[in-house]
Amino acid sequence: MSSNTIKYRNSFLREVEANVEEGEWVRMCMQCGVCSGSCPLGPHWEHPPQELFMMIRAGKREEVLSSSSMWMCTSCYNCIVRCPRELPITHIMHGLAHYAHKLGLAPKNQPTKKFAQLFWDNLSKKGRVNELKLGLSLYFMNGFGEGIKTALKMKDIGLGMYKAKRMNPFEIFGGHGCKDKKGLQAILKKAREIEDAKADQYPKV
Amino acid sequence: MATKEYSFYPGCSSQKGASSINQLRSTQTICEELGIKLNEIPDWNCCSASIGYGGGGELPRLTLSARNIALSEQNHPGQDLVATCAACWLATREANDRFNEDSQLMAETNQALKEGGLNLKGEKKVRHMVEVLVEDIGFEEMKNHVKKPLEGIKIAGYVGCQTNRPFGINGESFENPVYLDKMIEAMGAEPVENYEKKVSCCGGALMFSEPEKSQALVKDILEAAYDGGADMIVTPCPVCQMNTEVYQAQINKKYGTNFNIPSVYYSTLMSVAYGKTAKEAALDGQIIRATKLEEIAGK
Repeated sequence: MSSNTIKYRNSFLREVEANVEEGEWVRMCMQCGVCSGSCPLGPHWEHPPQELFMMIRAGKREEVLSSSSMWMCTSCYNCIVRCPRELPITHIMHGLAHYAHKLGLAPKNQPTKKFAQLFWDNLSKKGRVNELKLGLSLYFMNGFGEGIKTALKMKDIGLGMYKAKRMNPFEIFGGHGCKDKKGLQAILKKAREIEDAKADQYPKV
Repeated sequence: MATKEYSFYPGCSSQKGASSINQLRSTQTICEELGIKLNEIPDWNCCSASIGYGGGGELPRLTLSARNIALSEQNHPGQDLVATCAACWLATREANDRFNEDSQLMAETNQALKEGGLNLKGEKKVRHMVEVLVEDIGFEEMKNHVKKPLEGIKIAGYVGCQTNRPFGINGESFENPVYLDKMIEAMGAEPVENYEKKVSCCGGALMFSEPEKSQALVKDILEAAYDGGADMIVTPCPVCQMNTEVYQAQINKKYGTNFNIPSVYYSTLMSVAYGKTAKEAALDGQIIRATKLEEIAGK
């Protein structure tokens, strides 16, 4: 049994409310299914949002957190604007995904999980995204062999972007970034500390 | 003409040699024409877009936007903060709204910002460039600057997701916003009526991690544009633009389709209608060339 299961005495709902972004909304879901029907990747969800909400309330901790479902969110915000109870569903999905990732429970090879982490690492390094390095790290995220295959598959697109001056090979050497990189990193570090300290503060129930 | 000034957040994709530098160029062109001055926020940072949540979580992610807003407050007091990128606008506006609704979040954010010598007051309005055009300039004035009406061109106005939801443009519906069609009309072109995929999702950032699932969505968006008789697609969003343009060859290969339809920014469209050169309109930034616009720009 993990420490969090003990901490929240089997109430996964309480755990979600305390630790997941906008998690306090989960109990408001009335199971109408409009979110699931509105999702552009709906058919690809192992458990669509309204099902995830019920599973959270039913205490299905491992099934929810190890699901690939919430990583299917494209951030289109259809579910948010259509939810009759105005749940911030997109954010809850992001929150669940981040929480699962933080606990190391997200599926190991989930591609969007990997890409999301690459994106964050890329931007937090210099404060701005280096598109070239991000693209290359994406191609090679599943190893060298597959990376070469992907790079070859994408070469025409890369060439097109280069010719249109929408891609610059020299970005590989340094590239764009914030001048006050140090300040930005100090800010991010502090924000992380505050968030972690808060998670630790929740009273044991 | 009186110049309207704004505090401008260009975003990572608008940097030199990045994927939507053509949007920046054409935006600068129309702004110059319409008397809009964009003052770039000094040393702005990435907003973490809609995919940063995975690694970043809540407070670090929101604090990124806080830094930009704080820099804007410090350097451009009294000017609205404006973004051209849908994701930049959404992330910044969302963060700004949340800081103003939640005093604890604001306090925590400021605690983090202090480490970089910054402070957030939260008194900015965060707006999309389209809001500036529609609300501060107006359709009539946009039309007044047209020198070469785009007659005979039929255009699918693809609004997409994040310029439309969850905030959208004031007074527009989420299911069928009409401002983009009205902008197309103001330029003298003909919008596709009832464009079926107007507000459908292109897969966004999942085009990178789930290309097959996302390309299936783009296929439908392109197909609906063809079904509506469109010569081209126009969009306000950099992700929509890129996703609808650059993967057409791969989609053709997979589905046996024959797509070859240009997808341009509204700012490119407007630049051409305003009589600007192909370069000023950033037509050279197209991978699928917008030949009908090139012809007009060359006249």
